Order: sequence, then C-alpha cells, then structure tokens
Amino acid sequence: MRRSMLFMPGNNAGMLLNADALGADSIILDLEDAVSPAEKDSARILVRNALKYLNYSNCEIIIRINSIDTDYWKSDLEEIIPLMPHMIMPPKISCAKDVQIVADYIKEVEEKHNIKKSTHIIPLIETALGVENAFEIAKSSDRVKAIFLGAEDLTADLRCKRTKKGDEIFYSRGRLVTAARAANIDAYDTPFTDVEDEEGLEQDALFAKSLGFTGKAAISPRHVMIINEVFSPTIEEIEYAKEVMDIIRVAKEQGKGAISLRGKMIDAPIVARAMQTLKMAEQLGGAINE
Amino acid sequence: MEIKNKATAGTLESNDVYVLVEPNDNGIELELESIVFNQFGEDIERTVKEVLDDFNVTNIKIQLKDRGAVECAIRARVETALKRAEGVNN
Repeated sequence: MRRSMLFMPGNNAGMLLNADALGADSIILDLEDAVSPAEKDSARILVRNALKYLNYSNCEIIIRINSIDTDYWKSDLEEIIPLMPHMIMPPKISCAKDVQIVADYIKEVEEKHNIKKSTHIIPLIETALGVENAFEIAKSSDRVKAIFLGAEDLTADLRCKRTKKGDEIFYSRGRLVTAARAANIDAYDTPFTDVEDEEGLEQDALFAKSLGFTGKAAISPRHVMIINEVFSPTIEEIEYAKEVMDIIRVAKEQGKGAISLRGKMIDAPIVARAMQTLKMAEQLGGAINE
Repeated sequence: MEIKNKATAGTLESNDVYVLVEPNDNGIELELESIVFNQFGEDIERTVKEVLDDFNVTNIKIQLKDRGAVECAIRARVETALKRAEGVNN
C-alpha cells in the first residue's frame, strides 16, 4: 500500500537518518533536483551507505535518479541497484524508449551483481510529451508499476503558471490516471508545494483522489499525515464494502443473478472496489480515517 | 589508493561530519573533533580506519569535524573525500 511518497534530499545525512519515522508509506531519496551538481558523488555514496546500514523497515524506498540526458544517471544506478531499493524513479520521462533505456541499464547492473530481484520503476512524467505518451510509458516495461505526475517542470514546459487551484494541470492529471488504469498500474499525484497551507493540501489531495489517483507525493513531512488520511478508506466506505460483500455472498447462496444494494445495482466494478477497500482497510488495521 | 590532492566532503550540519583529507608521507594521521567525542570517539576512529583499510590508504592526513553523524554517514563522507582526493568522481 502506497498512499504517500515523501521526498528527502539525498545529501542530507540528518534527514536520511529519520526518513522512515515520518509516517510516509514510501520515501523518495532524491539524487536529482535536491542535490547540486558538485555534490552528486557525495549524495549517491551517502544514499548507498544509508541503504546498507540503516534499517528502513517502516516504509518503501524509492530512489529518484538523475535524468538520462545527464552524465550522472548511470553512476546513480551502479551505486544504488546493488542495495536493491524497491523502486527507481527516473525523471523527465517523455516516451517508452526513455523507460527502456533505464530498464536495460538496471538489468545490466542487476546481472553484474547477480541480483535476482527485479527492481521496479515509477517514471516521473513532467513534460508535455510525456503526458501525451503516458499510456505508452505505463506499458513500456514490466518493471513499471506506477506513474507519477510532476507538475512543476510540466507547467514550465506548458508555458503556464502553476497555481494552487491547478486548472492548468487538470488535463494532465486526467490523462495520467486514465493511462495508468488502462495499463493496470497505480498513478501518483504531484506534491502540493505550499508547506504552510494544510487546508489547501487537503483540498488538493481530495481532488486528486476524486480523479482516481492512488496517492500523492509530499515535499514536507507535515503533509504526510493529511495525504495518508485522504487516501485511506473512510469507515463509511468500509461499512459499504462489507455490505456489498455480504449481499454478494447471500445472492450466490440463493442463486440470484442481478442484485441491488441501497437502490443501486451491484455489478463487477463495485465488487472489485469493495474488495480493494477491504484489502486496504485490513492493511491499515485500526488506522482508519473517520 | 594514493591520496593525490587535498579534498573535502560532508557538512557541519547536525548528524553530519565534515572531512578534510590531504596527502601525507608519514602514515595515517587522524584528527577528530566531535560533539560526542567522550562517548563515541573511539568508535568513530575505528570506523574511519575501516574505510581507509577498505581503500588501501596507508598515507593520509585526515581531519574530521563531527556533528553527531551515525556510522553510515561517517563511512559515506570519508569515502567521498577519498575518491575526490584521488580524482575519480565528478
């Protein structure tokens, strides 16, 4: 289960130390934008040592590498892949070929180190071309398990202003969710960049959830709990899911075909959603959003 | 590994360590300043020497200003300084 993904700068020793204690389902250890060119070597060595010696048992580890148009990304993978992070996040992915280039090099490093586990990829889509090619990117490799929208670089590429309301990325959000769902993978929404505005974050996260996003990234630990709450099932949703499963069981026992609940036909997508809700509720245990 | 140049790595921020390495002809000269020297000084020196061993460094002057870095950060910063001093990275 991945609701929140928290960015942590890869060259900050103090922040890496406490990274898994901040409540995020995933942490993104960043070797790209958060690290100056002069410190790229230092950051990848620090992240490699952090993965080797720190026990990040409370969350999933994602590494954002540098983009494939830089001199850094191969060194990033050579250092990091042997430590077997859960996912690699390549930035500025604009087409399927970009993903395949990264996937091929990950495979090369895995084979060199005799690693049997297949490291997953979550492409960061943050160009106009990437948005248009979102489905192709989502289907580009078996390693791709999710796609992630990056609105800051995207709006620069679209030559529009990034706003809190987000009208300028409405199309891109919809396109990414549709592409991800068509490819049967997850979709993650761009971070809300005003660290102080928690109400704005909640509204933004609720809107992303309403569009179908699986979760949302954060650039501040303060945002993690709100994102987790928004993307967790509510008690009402869980109760409804239980009712759906109960009525399905009874209908099967009685040999009924069409059934309804609360005046609405219960069909396969509703049952699938109920099963997802209950699965997520089970994973969350008692931590349910009321 | 031969230390060819003067190089630095790390920062003076909390939980980090600043490392300065220089060429030396007289073996390993280690100078440590740490906010936790009394409690962990020996552990830090042992970690530094392990990294120097890993890279076969036998002649070096190395100074550390530690701000409470954990072992993995110490290892990372020393390794970075060594590689920069040899000129293999960036």
